[in-house]
Amino acid sequence: MNQKYEPKILALLCTYCTYTAADMAGSMRLQYPPNVRVVKLLCTGKVDVAYLLEAFRAGADAVMVSGCEIGDCHFLEGNLRAKERVEHAKSLLDELGLGSGRLEMFHIGASDAPKWAAAVEQMNRRALELGPNPLGRRATGPARPSEELTR
Amino acid sequence: MSTSKPQAKSLSGAVLVAGAGIAGMQSSLDLAAAGYKVYLLDRNISIGGVMAQLDKTFPTNDCSTCMISPKLIEVAADPNIEIISRAELMELQGEPGNFTAKVHKAPRFIDEDKCSGCGECVKVCPVEVPADFNQGLGKRKAIFRHFPQAVPSAFAVDKLGVSPCKNACPAGISVQGYVALIAQGRYREALELIRRDNPLPAVCGRVCTHPCEAACARAEVDEPIAIRELKRFVADWEVAQGEPNLPEVPIQDQEKVAIIGAGPAGLTCAYYLALAGYRPTVFEALGVTGGMLRVGIPDYRLPPQVLNYEIEYIRSCGVQIKLNSALGRDYSLADLKAQGFSAVFVSLGAHQGMRLGVEGEELEGVQSGVDFLRLAGIGAAQNPGRRVAVIGGGNVAVDAARTALRLGSEEVTILYRRTKQEMPAYEEEVVEALEEGVKVEFLAAPISFQGDKGLLKRVEVIRMELGEPDQSGRRRPVPMEGSQYTIEVDGVLSAIGQHPDASCLDEDCGVEVARASRLVADPLTLQTSQPWVFAGGDAITGPATVVEAIQAGKAAAESIRRFLRGEDLRQGRDLVRKVARADSKGLAKEPRRHPSHRLPEERREGFEEVVQAFSEEQARSEAARCLACGICSECYQCVEACQAQAIDHAMPTQDLELKVGAVIMAPGFVPFDAHGKPEFGYGRYANVVTSLEFERINSASGPYGGHVQRPGDGKEPKRVAWIQCVGSRDASIGRDYCSYVCCMYASKQAIIAQEHVPGLEASIFFMDIRAQGKGFDRYYERAKNEHGVRYVRSMPSRLLEDPQTGNLTMQYFNDQDELVEETFDMVVLSVGLVPHPAGVELAGRLRVETDRFGFATRQGLNPLATNRDGIYVCGVFQAPRDIPDTVMQASGAAAEAGALLAPARGSQVSDTEFPPERQVTGDSPKTGVFVCHCGINIGSVVDVPDVVNYAQSLPGVEMAEEYIFTCSTDSQEKMAQAIKERGLNRVVVASCSPRTHEPLFQETLRKAGLNPYLFEMANIRDQCSWVHQSQHSAATDKAKDLVRMSVARAGLLQPLHRFPTPVVQAALVIGGGLAGLTATLSLADQGFFTHLVEQGPELGGLAKRLHRSLEGFDIKTHLAKLIDQVTHNGLIKVHLGAKVLDTKGHIGSFVSRLKVGEQEERVEHGALILASGAQEYRPTEYDYAQDERVLTQLELHQNLHENPKSLSGVKQVVMIQCVGSRNEEHSYCSRICCSQAVANALAIKRLKPECEVTVLFRDIRTFSLKELWYQEARKAGVRFVRFDQEAPPQSQVEEASILVKVRDAILGEDLELTADRLVLSAAVRPREDAHRLASDLKLPLDTDGFFMEAHLKLRPVDFVNAGFFLAGAAHGPKFAEEVIAQAKAAAARAATVLSRSEMMVGGEVAVVDAERCVACLTCVRTCPYGVPQVNEEGVVFIDPAACQGCGSCASACPRKLIQVQHHTDAQIIAKATAI
Repeated sequence: MNQKYEPKILALLCTYCTYTAADMAGSMRLQYPPNVRVVKLLCTGKVDVAYLLEAFRAGADAVMVSGCEIGDCHFLEGNLRAKERVEHAKSLLDELGLGSGRLEMFHIGASDAPKWAAAVEQMNRRALELGPNPLGRRATGPARPSEELTR
Repeated sequence: MSTSKPQAKSLSGAVLVAGAGIAGMQSSLDLAAAGYKVYLLDRNISIGGVMAQLDKTFPTNDCSTCMISPKLIEVAADPNIEIISRAELMELQGEPGNFTAKVHKAPRFIDEDKCSGCGECVKVCPVEVPADFNQGLGKRKAIFRHFPQAVPSAFAVDKLGVSPCKNACPAGISVQGYVALIAQGRYREALELIRRDNPLPAVCGRVCTHPCEAACARAEVDEPIAIRELKRFVADWEVAQGEPNLPEVPIQDQEKVAIIGAGPAGLTCAYYLALAGYRPTVFEALGVTGGMLRVGIPDYRLPPQVLNYEIEYIRSCGVQIKLNSALGRDYSLADLKAQGFSAVFVSLGAHQGMRLGVEGEELEGVQSGVDFLRLAGIGAAQNPGRRVAVIGGGNVAVDAARTALRLGSEEVTILYRRTKQEMPAYEEEVVEALEEGVKVEFLAAPISFQGDKGLLKRVEVIRMELGEPDQSGRRRPVPMEGSQYTIEVDGVLSAIGQHPDASCLDEDCGVEVARASRLVADPLTLQTSQPWVFAGGDAITGPATVVEAIQAGKAAAESIRRFLRGEDLRQGRDLVRKVARADSKGLAKEPRRHPSHRLPEERREGFEEVVQAFSEEQARSEAARCLACGICSECYQCVEACQAQAIDHAMPTQDLELKVGAVIMAPGFVPFDAHGKPEFGYGRYANVVTSLEFERINSASGPYGGHVQRPGDGKEPKRVAWIQCVGSRDASIGRDYCSYVCCMYASKQAIIAQEHVPGLEASIFFMDIRAQGKGFDRYYERAKNEHGVRYVRSMPSRLLEDPQTGNLTMQYFNDQDELVEETFDMVVLSVGLVPHPAGVELAGRLRVETDRFGFATRQGLNPLATNRDGIYVCGVFQAPRDIPDTVMQASGAAAEAGALLAPARGSQVSDTEFPPERQVTGDSPKTGVFVCHCGINIGSVVDVPDVVNYAQSLPGVEMAEEYIFTCSTDSQEKMAQAIKERGLNRVVVASCSPRTHEPLFQETLRKAGLNPYLFEMANIRDQCSWVHQSQHSAATDKAKDLVRMSVARAGLLQPLHRFPTPVVQAALVIGGGLAGLTATLSLADQGFFTHLVEQGPELGGLAKRLHRSLEGFDIKTHLAKLIDQVTHNGLIKVHLGAKVLDTKGHIGSFVSRLKVGEQEERVEHGALILASGAQEYRPTEYDYAQDERVLTQLELHQNLHENPKSLSGVKQVVMIQCVGSRNEEHSYCSRICCSQAVANALAIKRLKPECEVTVLFRDIRTFSLKELWYQEARKAGVRFVRFDQEAPPQSQVEEASILVKVRDAILGEDLELTADRLVLSAAVRPREDAHRLASDLKLPLDTDGFFMEAHLKLRPVDFVNAGFFLAGAAHGPKFAEEVIAQAKAAAARAATVLSRSEMMVGGEVAVVDAERCVACLTCVRTCPYGVPQVNEEGVVFIDPAACQGCGSCASACPRKLIQVQHHTDAQIIAKATAI
């Protein structure tokens, strides 16, 4: 029963830039770790610290937020708001002892599919290094052998 | 302008937009939103134009894709815009307001409605061509899509026509296709492709006369492709594999068909009939199969085992062959009928040798070559003699000669009556014969055979000479009197031709027989005079080639199939296709591969095959020589790969007739072809690229994935130079205009390249930096000062490549006037913009005037008009310009069309009718989950049935199902049915991206009576199966997770309704200058009541001081007419001496308070256009206002036109540019002053040619076509002296004149000029009251104090504040014609609001819990659009009409009292925590 720990990563992406880039990564058949689960938001300005904390409580091993490049936001400054909130949440994670490394903000433009793939790689590596979320995972998904192990 | 309008009833409410770049897209969106039907045409397969190719854009470095892809989707989703790709407008008939447009639409060969964009076809396509979207850097396939976000999202096939090889092949084999497949090592597929048209590839691979090779375009470079050898290679490859790849044969339960003759024609016919399900029986007279293949072609050319293999292959497909069954001897046609055969194909061949008709032909030892070869073919031939003469020059003669050698003859001589040139035998065979020792006597013919006791001894021969050409076109041989001689022989083989033997046909069988025993059949259908009898091959043509016999067999099979089904025999069979021929210019030679031959001495020993097959390496490299003439090779691999069955290679061209009221031309431009400046070595030096190529190199989606590298060797460049004005400002090549954008894009590319390659040294070689647009100059300064981009004012003369390193040495003069050499790793040519040649052609067809460059000729101050009423123009096709100007013009052109067609607005748009919505509130979720295989795109990676099973187990899921394609029409119908029958109240589709497919599924919900917001999508393709292709189990787990997340959110979804709110269909325009007047009149022309507010006592604004434009257009008269029209228009109310105090409300419904004198008025309006203008700076420099001889350009302009006498006695005029512009305090360029100076200088020169005019400048910014006037001024003798910003001119006012000192930066000398007038090009400044206005109306200003648009590039006339629009100099300095275009643009944008009596608001917007709101104002501060406001009740109200839905406020609200509908916290958290 010594199976590998496979992290689960939540990604909150804005429609116009990073979600488009993530779709494009598909069109280009870029390959990246299958551990990421995307939630599409209209704008990262919608990202709430509560979403981030709830995700960790539900057992996410890492969370990434990715919006437009600085200055490119379709809603003018939503990505800046997200950036601030992610910073704030990081400090909370440090306080909680989960560690701020499990959360990161990215800025990935619509045509930059390789950057998206690289960002997922990066977060996956980080989640592997940091190990499973100590809060454990809420039993929601299809039972995966790895989940049994990490409890 | 508003000329007499056509009657409403004859007006069309549709507009045709030609060209779907950003200009065409914007015009279309504006028109569609204003209630017009739009046909948006583009020659390309997708819309977006050049902007889609750009990486970043200046001056914000915004990502171009990010900006344009939402626009693409918006265009695609607009029900009133019909995109017609690959289309051209051919002809326009009728009147303005009521045209008939004839449109030619080339096929894309892929059904746009069926294509799911999966790209499986691309994987199998063997043809690669330079990727046009990447400017030829890298490759794309013949089946392609320019970029993943392309709209339409369907792929297309690049098919130029039929390739010459396929066209030349009698059997019509996709030659280019199998050659391409062989080049890729896909031999099995190549062979399958050949067998679609020819069941005898191994035979043809050896003995075909290969007309394909004669047609091959490669011959123009070196030699044709060795096509026959390639065919043989794949055929032999299959044999070597040991297992024939048999086709799928249907159950043969249809009629019986008889085929007479087991030669190539008969066998082919039988094979294709078998594949069509018929039961063919072949009757062969001989005891062997193969006909002439076996008994005509010697074994050393076609080994019997090869033939046996292919015949066995045909037999295996269900073909019966009966040997020794001769027509006429063993059965008759009537017998066949009686035996139940429904049709018969007669392919008897031509086995009867022709007689020479020469004395002694009956002697023993004289035999027919055909008979001799037949015996050889069945192994029964004898040695024909020690010394043999063969008579004839055809293949039979050569075959007979070589066979004789192999059977033991020692001396074989061919006697041929013409010369080598006329000899019909294949050259290669003649060569082989000669190698083997056969002799050929040309111009020799037998006149008698002589013998002894009936036994041949000698032949008497006569010499011939060539006379006049005969019917065959060859010169007729004429015997030379007295030239007889004899040769001793003991054998003669006569091979002068053969013919069919029709004696086997009954006289009463009803089949017509012609001369030389040839059967008569229709050349297309091969039907004879007896309808159920078909005939083909040598039996009707006389002796011909194998491939022609195969063609006949195939045609007969098709005719028989149609005959038996009662179909039309002829329909669609005589299509003539366009032949495509690759351009072979400049291609490097690469010699053809040759197969090896056995040695001649070995060959004579027996019947072993002479020619060997290609090795695999030879075959692949030979196949790679193909030039891909047709681009698409018609290999049909894509057809098989496409599970959606969307591909149709026979898709026809369409000719459409569209009723439209107006046409907008937006054909755009092409980059200048840098080959036209050979001194820079483009095309020869690998590391010299054009700017558009560099744009692709920079792009993450470009050929190198965004890695900046040299095309030559892939190395990262460290030193890069840009050469400006390549193809611009260059009279030597007829391109003397400025291309507007190059200075800025080069600066941008330099900055971006540095981001990619830290430490990259960027140098830009330029003449003047033209940074005249909004924010440009600051960008330029930043590039120079912050990014360290080196700007070198010099025009390099040439580049030289170091062939070793690929580096480029540039020669140029530096500022000390020394010739310098400098070396760079890479050079970018900043190529100019050339009007699109297709646009120029279109203009020609439409009789729209163009200038000598091809730009649409300006007709006056309105740049959007053409010489033809009802045809408008916008974008670069009008003149070189940047994106914002293009977008402005595009909206402006929409306003023009809208004004023409206003009475017909709404007449051609329709709203879809939907059934009433089912109430679901309060019901517990009953979710339907539909999982898509997407062909194999998802299904081959994700275990779809497993996901479906899993989905069924989730709470609230009522049902789960899988579809091959969820998006197909039949799946949609099934979904709708399931929604109704199972009572679903939530729907989850797990398939591709919601970005592209959500609207489609939402519509299905709507049609099934469900609110469209009760829908949720899981992206298990683009973001799962495609990106985890090798991890099937992990991808399946992820797909389950994504479905679970979507189901979790779906359970919380609520129906949402947008609700109508009334629109006040009137506008308010602030500012009575040129911009305001133009916008006002345009609005009124479009039918909207408009209030024009002018704070001054009269209309006209700053334009009142203008007389003529640089181009000579009369501004004064134009303005006077405009004022008159505005003043007398019943739809316009002018408020003079009025101010707007404030504006309240939301888009579609505002109330403004006006103060008119002491009175206050309330005006209701749905949109507002701000056109408050700007002012001329009053200089504090150069003693302005101290001395009346110092004046501004505007003042000089007025003097020149109003009081020219005031200039009497003036002999010297000095002008100083950039007074108050481009300095630290005001770091923007005032755009118009250089042209103003040129205009005034020219006016002076016209008035007083002897007057000296000197212009002191920093950069001359006579951009676009204004450059021509700058050159005109130089020609007129106006002196231009450049100074550096650090050393500005000094002036000293003296009594007699003004002394101006300046350091000439070009000569490096101090100059002293005396001036009678010193003219200051004073800056354009924002109006002093701009701040107050901005604050009263809550509108943003930019750093320079001008009003700020919503987006610098794509929303240049919109404010961020919804319903507010912007025009004229209030936005920034502008020329009159630009003001006019922008004012019309603002009117068009306002029309998108005003054209409806009500607008739909709400939906995905933020809503405040008013009960609990404490008005802490956090949201008010957070919203970037200033939408949340505290209302009368003291709580925050978010106007649903203004809210953009971004949710910044909701996430900022400390009490969580704001929720964005459809994106509530609960919904998002449910999804995010279900990971």
